[in-house]
Amino acid sequence: MRNLHTDEIIKNIKEMCIEANYKLASDVEERVRGAYDQEATALGKQILGQLAENLDIASEDSIPICQDTGMAIIFIKLGQDVHIEGMDLEDAVNEGIRQGYEEGYLRKSVVGDPLIRINTKDNTPGIIHYEIVAGDRVEITVAPKGFGSENMSRVYMLKPSDGVEGVKRAVLETVKLAGPNACPPIVVGVGIGGSFEKCAVLSKKALTRSMDTSSPIEHIRELEDELLLEINQLGIGPGGFGGKVTALGVNIETYPTHIAGLPVAINICCHVNRHVSRVL
Amino acid sequence: MDQYINTPLTMDKVKGLQAGDYVYITGTIYTARDAAHQRMYQAMEEGKEIPFDLKDSILYYLGPTPAREGQVIGSAGPTTSSRMDKYTPLLLDNGLKGMIGKGKRSKEVVESMVKNKAVYFAAVGGAGALLSKKIKASKVIAYDDLGTEAIRELYVEDFPVIVVIDSKGNNLYEIVLQSS
Ligand code: SF4
Repeated sequence: MRNLHTDEIIKNIKEMCIEANYKLASDVEERVRGAYDQEATALGKQILGQLAENLDIASEDSIPICQDTGMAIIFIKLGQDVHIEGMDLEDAVNEGIRQGYEEGYLRKSVVGDPLIRINTKDNTPGIIHYEIVAGDRVEITVAPKGFGSENMSRVYMLKPSDGVEGVKRAVLETVKLAGPNACPPIVVGVGIGGSFEKCAVLSKKALTRSMDTSSPIEHIRELEDELLLEINQLGIGPGGFGGKVTALGVNIETYPTHIAGLPVAINICCHVNRHVSRVL
Repeated sequence: MDQYINTPLTMDKVKGLQAGDYVYITGTIYTARDAAHQRMYQAMEEGKEIPFDLKDSILYYLGPTPAREGQVIGSAGPTTSSRMDKYTPLLLDNGLKGMIGKGKRSKEVVESMVKNKAVYFAAVGGAGALLSKKIKASKVIAYDDLGTEAIRELYVEDFPVIVVIDSKGNNLYEIVLQSS
């Protein structure tokens, strides 16, 4: 049994909230900058040039990359040999978010009751996904998520007979409907299988996976490549003003499912696809 | 075509703007997003004053991050416009001439834009750090309690936007999809 104090967790989550909003992970940054050479339209190139410049300004002048600094989505892989001491883990996570959004000059974008809609003024609560794993470490991923793209995400409960063609249709339809709203070029996270809620969580998790990695499953890897190619033939382009680069990457996660179902979730993320991971 | 315009956005300027034009705006513009729109709409329905003069004005759909010491404003890019669609026709009927946001608009908004001769611009989504540099002054003029959603008066210089929907109803988002 290893002891881990919640002060450590608070400090790290605070730092990760700030880091994520000022500097993109290298896989995302490389693709945003690299898109310029792949784009064919003059306006598309101009937009991509601005996005690259925006990243420079964000880190040089300490201005968040985007004003929607997101709702804090937190994935925690808790080793079963870790003993958490100090305060409640959930309170510690939210305290980290609170401190990060305050000290990092980040926008407070969370309302308490979803219908009465009063801002909680500290960007809490976050959304926490726990997983209990082997070992005595805690792996934390902080992924602040903007809602321009979140609002364009969808879940489909397909039939088994819809097969891989049905999955492709669902992804392409979602990307088309998102169009300019999701701040293209986008990153597409797809969850296939599981149940209604499982595929949604998988699609979010897919967004936190580096685009430098592919699925370890061969036919899924091929599907990722095919979908990226087909999305980039839709013509939406940077900013939705037309062009070749509509998506920077497609990441797919899968899980076994029921004999009667084929759930598919498509979580759309903008080019500001933020995620930072640390192992404590 | 590249164009440079100064606010107020009078009718003659509106008529010279076409879908696809790259426009640099200089002058005073106002910010409002979801909650501020809802309040203004309610006030207007009740026949009350709203916090600024709508005539020939430009609204920017923006909720910035907090400014650091020495900065005019924090990150300041556009939010998705369609959430404002419900409230927009009434604002257009009362003199609003330009809107800056991102993403699609409803049929009702486009119809009202054609009727009232107004322009819808998009700024680049996710370029809030870059866009903040074009904002030279910012002050909250109403609804302070809404925090980031308060109404701000901004002075912008060469603020870069693209005409998506012009006063004739031409729509750049649709044009590019048809041609691909
Ligand atoms: S969708 Fe992404 S880039 Fe666009 S405004 Fe939201 S967080 Fe920013």
